[in-house]
Amino acid sequence: MSATGIGAAVRRKEDQRFVTGKGHYTDDVSRPGQCHAYFLRSPHAHAKIKNIDSEAAAAMPGVLAVLTGADLAADKIGNLICGWMITSKDGSQMKMAPHPAIAHGKANYVGDPVAVVVAETLPQAKDAAEKVKVDYDLLPALCDPAKAQDQGAPQIHEVAPRNTIYQWHLGDAKAVEAAFKTARHVTKLDFINNRLVPNAIEPRAAIGEYDAGSESLTLWNTTQNPHVARLVMSAFVGLAPEHKLRVIAPDVGGGFGSKIFIYPEEVVCLWAARKIGRPIKWVAERSEAFLTDAHGRDHVTHAEMAFDPDGKVTGLRVKTVANLGAYMSTFSSSVPTYLYGTLLSGQYEIPAIYCEVDAVYTNTVPVDAYRGAGRPEATFVVERLIEVGGRQMGVDPADLRQKNFIKTFPHQTPVIMIYDAGDYHASLKKALELADYAGLAKRKRESVRHDKLRGIGFSTYIEACGIAPSQAVGSLGCGVGLWESAEVRVNPTGTVEVLTGCHQHGQGHETTFAQVVSERLGIPLENVSVVHGDTDKVQFGMGTYGSRSGAVGISAIVKALDKIEAKAKKVAAHMLEAAEGDIVFEDGKFTVAGTDKSAAWGEVALNAYIAHKFAGQELEPGLKEGAFYDPTNFTFPAGCHICEVEVDPQTGESEIVAWTAVDDFGTVVNPMIVEGQVHGGIAQGVGQALLEGAIYDKDGQLVTGSLMDYCMPRAQDLPALKVEMTKTAAPSNPLGIKGCGEAGAIAAPVAVINAITDAIGTEDLPMPATPQAVWRALQKANDRRTAA
Amino acid sequence: MYAFTQHRPATVRQAASLLTKQEEAKLLAGGHTLIPTMKLRLAGPKHLVDLSKVEGLSGIEMKGRSLVVGAMTTHVEVETSPIMKESIPALAGLAGKIGDPAVRHRGTIGGSIANNDPNADYPAAVLGLGATIITNKRRIHADEFFKGLFETALEDDEIITKVQFPKVNKAAYVKFPNPASRYALVGVFVSKRSSEIRVVVTGAGANGVFRVTTFEEALKKRFGPKSIEGLTVPADGMASDIHGSAEYRAHLVGVLARRAVAAAA
Amino acid sequence: MTAVALTVNGKAVTGDVDPRTLLVQFLRENLRLTGTHVGCDTSQCGACVVHVNGKAIKSCTVFVWQIEGANITTIEGLAEPNGPLHPMQEAFREHHGLQCGYCTPGMIMTAIDMVNRKGHELDDPTIRHELEGNLCRCTGYHNIVKAIAAGAKAMKGHVQVQS
Repeated sequence: MSATGIGAAVRRKEDQRFVTGKGHYTDDVSRPGQCHAYFLRSPHAHAKIKNIDSEAAAAMPGVLAVLTGADLAADKIGNLICGWMITSKDGSQMKMAPHPAIAHGKANYVGDPVAVVVAETLPQAKDAAEKVKVDYDLLPALCDPAKAQDQGAPQIHEVAPRNTIYQWHLGDAKAVEAAFKTARHVTKLDFINNRLVPNAIEPRAAIGEYDAGSESLTLWNTTQNPHVARLVMSAFVGLAPEHKLRVIAPDVGGGFGSKIFIYPEEVVCLWAARKIGRPIKWVAERSEAFLTDAHGRDHVTHAEMAFDPDGKVTGLRVKTVANLGAYMSTFSSSVPTYLYGTLLSGQYEIPAIYCEVDAVYTNTVPVDAYRGAGRPEATFVVERLIEVGGRQMGVDPADLRQKNFIKTFPHQTPVIMIYDAGDYHASLKKALELADYAGLAKRKRESVRHDKLRGIGFSTYIEACGIAPSQAVGSLGCGVGLWESAEVRVNPTGTVEVLTGCHQHGQGHETTFAQVVSERLGIPLENVSVVHGDTDKVQFGMGTYGSRSGAVGISAIVKALDKIEAKAKKVAAHMLEAAEGDIVFEDGKFTVAGTDKSAAWGEVALNAYIAHKFAGQELEPGLKEGAFYDPTNFTFPAGCHICEVEVDPQTGESEIVAWTAVDDFGTVVNPMIVEGQVHGGIAQGVGQALLEGAIYDKDGQLVTGSLMDYCMPRAQDLPALKVEMTKTAAPSNPLGIKGCGEAGAIAAPVAVINAITDAIGTEDLPMPATPQAVWRALQKANDRRTAA
Repeated sequence: MYAFTQHRPATVRQAASLLTKQEEAKLLAGGHTLIPTMKLRLAGPKHLVDLSKVEGLSGIEMKGRSLVVGAMTTHVEVETSPIMKESIPALAGLAGKIGDPAVRHRGTIGGSIANNDPNADYPAAVLGLGATIITNKRRIHADEFFKGLFETALEDDEIITKVQFPKVNKAAYVKFPNPASRYALVGVFVSKRSSEIRVVVTGAGANGVFRVTTFEEALKKRFGPKSIEGLTVPADGMASDIHGSAEYRAHLVGVLARRAVAAAA
Repeated sequence: MTAVALTVNGKAVTGDVDPRTLLVQFLRENLRLTGTHVGCDTSQCGACVVHVNGKAIKSCTVFVWQIEGANITTIEGLAEPNGPLHPMQEAFREHHGLQCGYCTPGMIMTAIDMVNRKGHELDDPTIRHELEGNLCRCTGYHNIVKAIAAGAKAMKGHVQVQS
């Protein structure tokens, strides 16, 4: 390992600009002649729009335009789409309702845009928006997914009777039924996987600009995947042909999934910019972000696990109603299906699994992928059942897990996946030691002495990352291929630009990707630049989500580097007057095997361009190679998280007193960055378990519509985190990388809930386990004990 | 934000006159409630009368057996004042629990009391210490000052200039913050000054800050947590929202009161 | 419109602004100092923290005319343009105390204020308590806490530049 190569905790290249305030986020961009957009949004969850009178607003000072859904339709701007087709168990296709960028005819959630005002200044746009008169006809609102399919429930979209988008299933119902018939013990649980608001600290923003000379549009946008955004806005929304539409994703201040999707505001900024002939900027306010960023999770689930007399799991059945909100967001359909049902085997050998998922519309903000996306929900199901099952059967939860772990690989689960590598015993064992599981009983006694209750919770989770290969995801309904691209451009002086289709919004690609190149080419880290986030610079790419940038994005770079090396060897062969096959490339030097004849990397790069040593017929000048990498399988990061809590039974407050994480991410390029990803994921998982929950009232108003009511994790809510790793390399990509971005968020929620329920001695506890919720659970348990 | 005209008077008299003369005028102290409300267009005063240039509204001084705190004194000044920490440490401690450090650099005691947010911390101390609010017109005892949610005894052109806190024998404040906003979901301030005992609750009451006379009576016999063991307040008069039901708040009042008494005793 | 004059990062600046202009807007839009960010509308996230007369404040919750004549330091003013980083900036880089970078300027300004008030030896609970007004969605705070503890020590003897 070199000092900056694979495995080195290199300090991040990008930090210089971030710690000095020199980053360039979308809102930092100001275009000449820029004006401002303000969206007038429906204050009603469900209402017919009878009429919009914008005359008074249009006459207000500074107003350039007031545009509505009717204008959008008149210009034949297409609807937003969901790009993953799910087929129901009866063979019918999912019911995708029209999603215009500005509501037309009917508003379907509080926050649905009904008009946009464009003005010279933002205050002018806001003043004018107050003068737009919208005549609504209120309709009953539907917010509870559990009631969406009821007879007589409000119907949101014509295409979806009983608000049902699809009724999907996976697995073998009959085999599961047989398993339950012969089970010695069955554990049953009902729970809600709480709805979350992503809340990246940088709010979404967009600037649309039209250049009449070239008839082209440019969008600066807070997106995790600029090329996918361009593709959708070109091919489906129809704003401009792809070659006349440039999407720039500059520095992006966190995404967590919420900036994957194609949103109405960016479509409108582009469309209106062309109409008005001025650049148009829109920046979400936090309260607007609450009402418009795609939310996450929101599952209502019943699940049962069957055990044989030895405590071996023999069957699992799961029924989930997934709330997808008022419209189908870009990848929403895949989250509660192929990103959820396929992970229900966890780390365990489970012979039979059957999962049913009904996805429903409600009058709420669209729900889509949020850090983990389906996998935290699956992990919650499996890890709650096994924990509670262990407690009910009187078996130590760590022992029960070990008994059921998958031990040999590859392992075919009953739910599609083929796990290709892992060592679940290793991570559990290491975690038990680090967490001093042996000393728990003593710590519990100490807690009792100061009137606290102590508990421990495990989560031996698994995730499928990389989200690939393309053929596989295509067969499951995905509308795009999920490979990644890379281009390595070597300059005549030997410095290198790496173009990637991935996009960083906190992950540190500018450093890790450069580490891979630096090690391979034997050049200093500072001689490598990573270029991303601009469709005019990078030809195509799928963006960053699903912990895929390492496993897929870096693999594409490795493949391009293979080609660079091959070409450079040819150049070196000509320079050194040797056979190509005799050239050895090591530590940045090309040597003729068995001789002391050599050429340095820089000399070869220069010779590739001056082309004095070879004829054009023999070898093309230049040193630039591209690659598209499509993996052979998903990757399967897995590990063990252990949470230890102390509960104050008087107030219901839970304090996380210790956290141990042992993860297997395969090969790690930069352990400092990987640990940081784990920390952040845990914080989001702890947020879901203890603090965060989006709540709608019966009229469809988002009660938790600001940071005053929606609780984000603060520094005080978390302890110092113990994060360590084990390693089994992923066989499906050249470096053996598995991916690390989501692990913490997947593992953490159930570890917290398992810990608190252990502490308070009752399983009946909702998420988030707020002090009030814990206090109530204790009261209920007391009442039960008193009654008994 | 709606447009407004700003005024920066140099004296309390000028400020009061602006309040009378200008239509829809509002005082601006630290601005940490008013400015966010204006940003969200939930308030739209036509005139803002900023008090930061008015002489003599800041500072903490001992006058006889009382500590007098200027209305524009910031939370951090109260939190870190040596004289406050020595004389009424519970009040310094309370100030240190308001918002966060940046908020405490701007937020003021006068602004907090005049706003009388039912979840604010200061009203608990003002009532809990039996303080006197001094305005440009008169002196108002705390018992007469707080009139319900966001309502006070202040008249339209009345400006708080000082708050006078009597020194007490014992006092403590225990706060259970709303996890999201960090305002008090429930906060209990207890004090003992010779025979006078006050137990005051903020955050929990449906009608704002209030005294718990049953607890006070019980504590008169003996000032210790055991004296109020098992005592509760009725859930009836409690506020209820997503963060805490009336039952939960009522329960917390008992728990926090015992902890506050223990801390003060 | 109203005229304002302040000192920002050691330089005298003036402007003619709408009274509604918040300090953060003045910094970002009038002075193009875009290192100070806006992350919320309820004064909670702390992405906008700057120093006014040496004290950390939320620049989204003060009108620029309210601090007429004040001395402002923003993230851009902590170090000389081509000079070494401020010890706290360096500590955030060294300890990976940032990921997306959006909350970072506010975090660093808060951290320096913390050291100014609480000294150079900061323990874990103190740092976490003092970060009550700064939200980070990326790091889980673990490395921010480490960075602040290290930065606080490194600030001993540091003299703030006035660029």
